[in-house]
Amino acid sequence: MESAEQLRDRLLAAFPEARVEVLANPAPVAQHSLIIGATHAVQIATLLRDDPDLAFDYASNVTGVDRPDQEIKEKVTVKETVDGEEKEVTKEVTRTEPGYLEAVYHLYSMAKRHGPVILRLRTENRTDKVTLPSLTPVWRSCEFQEREIYDLFGIVFEDHPDLRRLLMWDDFEGHPMRKDYVEPDDYEWEPTPHDAVLIKAKRPADGEEAAPLAP
Amino acid sequence: MIPGVSIEEKTDPLQGQILEVSMGPHHPSTHGVFRMDVKLDGERIVSLKPVFGYLHRNHEKIAEDVSYLGSIPYTDRLDYLCSLTNNWAYCLAVEKLSGFEIPERAEYIRVIVGELTRLVNHTCLMGFFVQDLGAMGTPLMYAFREREKILDLFEGLTGARMMCNYMRFGGVRCDLPVGWIDEVKKVIAAFPRFLDEFESLLTQNEILIARAQGVGVLSKELAINAGITGPCLRASGVGHDLRKVDAYSIYSRFDFKVPIGAHGDCYDRFMIRLLEMRESLKILDQAIAALPSGQIIDPKAKSRGLRPKAGEAYGRIEAPKGELGFYLISEGGPSPYRYRVRPPSLINLTVLEDMCLGGTVADAIATLGSIDIVLGEVDR
Repeated sequence: MESAEQLRDRLLAAFPEARVEVLANPAPVAQHSLIIGATHAVQIATLLRDDPDLAFDYASNVTGVDRPDQEIKEKVTVKETVDGEEKEVTKEVTRTEPGYLEAVYHLYSMAKRHGPVILRLRTENRTDKVTLPSLTPVWRSCEFQEREIYDLFGIVFEDHPDLRRLLMWDDFEGHPMRKDYVEPDDYEWEPTPHDAVLIKAKRPADGEEAAPLAP
Repeated sequence: MIPGVSIEEKTDPLQGQILEVSMGPHHPSTHGVFRMDVKLDGERIVSLKPVFGYLHRNHEKIAEDVSYLGSIPYTDRLDYLCSLTNNWAYCLAVEKLSGFEIPERAEYIRVIVGELTRLVNHTCLMGFFVQDLGAMGTPLMYAFREREKILDLFEGLTGARMMCNYMRFGGVRCDLPVGWIDEVKKVIAAFPRFLDEFESLLTQNEILIARAQGVGVLSKELAINAGITGPCLRASGVGHDLRKVDAYSIYSRFDFKVPIGAHGDCYDRFMIRLLEMRESLKILDQAIAALPSGQIIDPKAKSRGLRPKAGEAYGRIEAPKGELGFYLISEGGPSPYRYRVRPPSLINLTVLEDMCLGGTVADAIATLGSIDIVLGEVDR
């Protein structure tokens, strides 16, 4: 199979305006991945599937990754005038690397028996621009997995045929797989007759009024 | 009113009466807490939407908070019929991430327990499937009788019947007990007799043929495009078995065939499992004959306090239900930055609606039964 660099060159030759970058993987298994720009993602995916040499007919694993904003501390040398004298001063500067959400696709070829090619699609940020093109029209196997990413990470897939929550219930708020998700204490709380009994059981201390019964 | 089934009638002037039936989540044929929202035109299904999440506990999030080792017992609970192959897939991904070697003997032990797991799963599935078709009790009990013998083997080896928690990064947790291999030999020597009996009782059965042949047909092209794996894919005529394709572990050393179906219907999916069990028995015979002595775990492999270097790995195996993959991202910390299970049960359900449309409710039950799902893995 072609290496990630060869594949990148082939894709760039087909779509010169597309963004295709190789992301090296330092682990021993060395499964490198390609970062794909959202605008050409569907075209690139269709090419990967339909090209007779590549024939990536099978999208095995589709998943999301959350990368929150990162604060990076750097030491910067700045020239400053101290007491009328120009000096080089080393300062610690905190820079915020903007976060993003990522959809990762592991592609294999059943016809050619090669793979994986790993595609990574990144959103612009984690708050309002979280839209990515859906690859479900290219590979049907993305259908439930993209729904799961939408549910757990909050990436909105455009042109997905049926984008609903998959695992959480419909009126659930938030996206539990995000790194900054905080589980509410009482999200499964429902008023029961028992609550009234509990309040009633709280006896008032001396001089205090009794707790009112729950409505 | 039947418990677990709510019925609502809607009248559409263009389509006549459409009946909405919510099948499940507590229904014996849904194999756990799984719901299908079905719309019926008379007896025919016009829409079927699977509803998930009743058993969701966010396994992936839990794994981000515990150590690499700590996730192994959790993987047992994914597909709780096949805990050993779940362990194996996870260990394989961690081994790819950190580059551990696996000693020869450990590989053989993994293959032996992995193929025994396949026997357990397929035996159960055939029993469940026939039960779903209405043969209450007897065939399932025949299947469970055989399954119990293998679960006894697992108990002898790992201490637990189902939640085995046996594999470790770079090998397995403990060596085979004295006399265990002899017990395995006894079980697999008696197994073909059970398969013959099961086959002669069921495969030519008129009712089974009428209920399963031509029902829930899945085409080859759709199966590939929808990422269907395992016996469901092979029943549709695609010879894709990761034991051959990836030849992970030591599967390249064994002589076995990959059975392929011709029609992609429920009957083929049923038969594929039967044929696969015979091939598994072949692998078991060869693995037991060639089982070497030596170490069972890579001495360099670290289980406790494992901190793989930053990077990522996707490891996959041919689990009894299909391609079970684990995708791990390490940032160098004691627990994975991202831990993802590729659940074959969930993805095999992608085409459930396509297979059931136009069929009757009874056909949908047969189709769901033939896909082979375990909700612990679907919902994670």
